[in-house]
Order: sequence, then structure tokens, then C-alpha cells
Amino acid sequence: MSEIFGIPIQAFMGQLMLGLVNGSFYATLSLGLAVIFGMLNIINFAHGALYMAGAMLAWMGLNYFGIGYWWSLLLAPLGVGAVGVIIERSMLKWLYKLDHLYGLLLTFGLALILEGLFRDLYGVSGLPYSIPEEFAGAYNLGFMFLPKYRAWVILASLVVCLATWFVIEKTRLGAYLRAATENPRLTQAFGINVPLMVMLTYGFGVALAGFAGVLAAPAMQISPLMGSNLIIVVFAVVVIGGMGSILGSIVTGLGLGLIEGLTKVFYPEASSTVVFIIMAIVLLVRPAGLFGREK
Amino acid sequence: MNRQLVGYGLLLALMLVAPTLVYPVLVMKILCFALFACAFNLLIGYTGLLSFGHAVFLGTAGYVAGHSIKVWGFPPEIGLIFAALAAAALGWVIGSLAIRRSGIYFAMITLALAQMMYFFFLQAPFTGGEDGLQDVPRGKLLGIIDLADDFNLYYFVLAIFIFAFWLIHRTIHSPFGQVLKAIRENEARAISLGYDVAKYKLLAFVLSAGLAGLAGATKTLVFRFATLTDAHWHTSGEVVLMTLLGGMGTVFGPVVGAATIVTLQNELADKVGSLVTVIMGAIFVVCVLAFRRGIVGELGALYKRITGNR
Repeated sequence: MSEIFGIPIQAFMGQLMLGLVNGSFYATLSLGLAVIFGMLNIINFAHGALYMAGAMLAWMGLNYFGIGYWWSLLLAPLGVGAVGVIIERSMLKWLYKLDHLYGLLLTFGLALILEGLFRDLYGVSGLPYSIPEEFAGAYNLGFMFLPKYRAWVILASLVVCLATWFVIEKTRLGAYLRAATENPRLTQAFGINVPLMVMLTYGFGVALAGFAGVLAAPAMQISPLMGSNLIIVVFAVVVIGGMGSILGSIVTGLGLGLIEGLTKVFYPEASSTVVFIIMAIVLLVRPAGLFGREK
Repeated sequence: MNRQLVGYGLLLALMLVAPTLVYPVLVMKILCFALFACAFNLLIGYTGLLSFGHAVFLGTAGYVAGHSIKVWGFPPEIGLIFAALAAAALGWVIGSLAIRRSGIYFAMITLALAQMMYFFFLQAPFTGGEDGLQDVPRGKLLGIIDLADDFNLYYFVLAIFIFAFWLIHRTIHSPFGQVLKAIRENEARAISLGYDVAKYKLLAFVLSAGLAGLAGATKTLVFRFATLTDAHWHTSGEVVLMTLLGGMGTVFGPVVGAATIVTLQNELADKVGSLVTVIMGAIFVVCVLAFRRGIVGELGALYKRITGNR
């Protein structure tokens, strides 16, 4: 059995893969946060709760209606997106003229409501969701076994993130979106329906969170608390990367997942704090974030 | 002015007799959280900084007070001062990092650093992990007054609260406080007037952290234990809610908010279970959408409308 830095290569690569899986969630969630922040100037605290809601919807769909994984992967994000649209239309839209902090406070309240409701319904112990048949088992790569589902999570998140990047940077719709982010009034004067775009942006951003939730469902325990624990790390990721660039969010998310995985191998005690320590260092060296622009 | 003095006098009289009317430990809990919220309000209400990790100071001071009193045998008054200083020192570290960004980033950074400390406390040997730090003795104040008696402790806690409240009041109305308000209103202009804004923000942050720590240490003394809950982000959210509900930037708002929320939680805890979180969230939403001045702020506005002076 070969070793790397005195650690069996099997365990080493396994932790790296787990790190990449976590990194995929960081990337997808921070991308959603960045897209929402760009358009609405709101940090969506409910993002974690909506990610959890995505996983919960998948579980409920399977157990109450017999909806399988693949349909959930489509329907749950749509459901979460619809909830987002309702939130935007009924509450967030009244806050745009106020201090940005009120958006944070409102979405924090929404996160508490969602988390509390699901905790009341399902407790905190975690619900199982089995891996779809197609992804049971693992690939033998010679030097390691790669569980198929982990590979799928990484691949699917990457595709969704890159597709988002493509739509925003390379298409006409994306151009409208970027224009509306830069200068909403002028864009509206050109006859583009900015309020509609704001609504759809929020819906899309939280749908990304819902999508990540469904991906996470078979990979980890579904629990009402899964979102809030994750979202704080994602906030740190966002501070590290800065919210200026989409590719930056993706790279930062995956990179930090990898670093976290490495920490688990070499110094497990620090694995839950390493992202925050990196954040502190980045703040000292480059306060605007790795990919951010100083305003 | 006279009317204000009468108001303060009545309030003081009420606080002095409160433990004979209500369970003293509940009133002490309210006082601790009121102090915590007042310290938080110093930042959000008067400096315009939203710290979303303030529970870390409450929790840290709770552990420091508990450990120093229980293990090192500090007398209670020294333990409290030591814990408040420890929280202020932590405030200096977290504050120096967080003030490098402003607005929403400031909130996220404070939350993230607080979470880091939470994980540290979860693993550190002296905190007792999930079980918490149990059986902290209350000791004797100045070696004479036995604090194991709830009434004695109540008046000690009340004295701490009044001292801290007075300190915050003095800070707000001092030239230093005026500069803080200027920073809240228009940071760019404060800079152009030659104020070292970063230094003022940091000082306000350290003061707020120290007072939050005093609240946490006192809470440990009251309940005889320190737990992870005090350092959890839920508690950070609670103090935001108390201040928002009572009225940000008002002197009495945080006190009213803390009293309301603690009483509510106390009443609801065994009736609705985990739905308490839902109710807290709903109050948040309603406050932000319809009620941004909070209870005290709205009452003040109403009073002004009735008397007609603006």
C-alpha cells in the first residue's frame, strides 16, 4: 500500500474527494449569494434554510408521493425558486430603499421560521435518503476507489455553476442582468423590466440553493440544521472570495473545500475552523477579498 | 428634565421591589439580557455597525468567569471584571479584523469569527463541551455578602446593570458618542473632518464587547453554569431581535426588547416547544416590515404626535 506524507493514499484521496464535494456545495451556494447580492444588494441569510428546504422537499417527495431522485432534482429547485419569488414579491421588495442591513435581518427571520417549522415536524436527528441506483458503488481508479455519487455531485455542481457563468457573462439575458446590476434606473429607462429581473434573479439564486440541497440529500443526513451550519461557512467563503466575480466564487468554493479536506487529513482538530482562519488572514492581507474590488 | 427624573425614579423603585413580585432568577435573566442588548445597541444604534456574532462575547465571558471562579478560586467580583476584560480583549481582536470591511461584510465577518470561537469552545477541554461548565459557585461578594441567596445576588446584579447602563448613557452623550453618531450618519464626512474613523469604531466595538462580556459573566453567576448555547449564533440573533423589537438607537429600547423576549420565551418554552424559533422568526419579519422603530421608537413617535412638538 503506497503512502503519501505517511498517510495511506486511499484515505488521503478519500478526504480530498470529500473536500471537493463540500467545496461544490460552497461554490453553488456562494454563487447564488453573489448573484442575489449583485442584483438586490441583499445578503440572503435564508440561503442555508432554503438549501435545507431543497433536501427536505426531495425527502418529502420520495416518502409521500413516490417522486424519485431525478424528478426531485428538477422539481425541488423549482419549488424552492417559487418560494423565493413569493418572498421577493411579498416582503423583500419593500426593503430596497432602506439600509441593506434590513434585508439581512428579514432573511434571518425567514431562516428561523423555516428551520423551526421543519424542526417541529421532523426533529433534529436527521432523515436518511438513499443514493439512487445509478450511482451505487464506486469506480476503481487503480490508486483509489471513487464513490460514484461523489463524482456525480462534483460534476453536476460544476456544470450548473459554469452554465450560470455562461448565461450571465455570454448571453443577451445576462447582459441585461449585468446592466441592471450596474445601473437599474438607466436600464429600466431602456425599456427592460427591472423589477421582473430582480424577482427572477432572487428566484434563480435560491433555486440554486435548492438544487444543492437535493444533491446533498443522499450524500449527508437530511436535518433541519444542515443549512444553518453550512451557511456561516459559506459567508466566510464569500468574504474570502469577494462577491465581484462569478468564476471567483466557484474557484474559492472548491479551493476552500479542498483545503478543508486536507486539514482533516493532517490536523483534524482544526478542520471546522480552518476556513475562518483563512478568512482572518485574507482580511489582513487583502481586505476586499481575493477576487473582490475595493469600493 | 424633571419629568425624566421622575420616570427614572419610578423605574428604579420598580426594579428594587421586583424580586418580591416575580421570581428573582427570571428578573436577573432579564437584566443580564437587557445589559447584553444595551451593549449591542451601542454598536448598531449609535455607530451603525451590525455585529452578527455578539454572542461570542457573552459566551466567552461566561466561560472565563466560570473557570476563574470555580477552578482558580477567584472571588465573584474579580471573576466578573476579569471575564469582562477577556471579552474586551477578544473584542479588540475580532473588531480589528471586522472593521476592515463595512456594511453587510462586517456582519458576515463577525458571524464567521464568532462561529470559529464556537467550534473552539466545543473542542476546548475547559468548557466541558456539550455538557457545559457546571456547578460554578456564586461565592461571597467582597468576602462578606453571601451571593448564594437569590435576593442578595439580585441587588448585586441590579447594581451591575445600573452601573453599565449609566456608563453607556455617559458614552452616548459624550463627545466620543457624538463622533460615533456622526460615523453612523455619514462615514465619509466624518473621515473628511479628520476623525480616525477606524479607531472610533474599534473603541466602540471593544467597549460593547466588554459590556456584553459583563452580561455573560453575570449570567454565569446567576445560573451557576456556562454553556455552548450562550456562544451560539442563535443567541447572536436573539440579541439583534431584542434590540430591533425594543427600538434600535433608543436608550430604553433594548431593555424593553430583552424583557419582552425573555418573558415570551419563558412563557412559551413548555407550551409550543421548538415552535418558539418560528415565533422569534415571525417577530423578526414583522419588525423589519412594519415596525422598524421598535416598541420604544414607535411610542416616542406617538407621544410626539399627540403633544404636537417635533
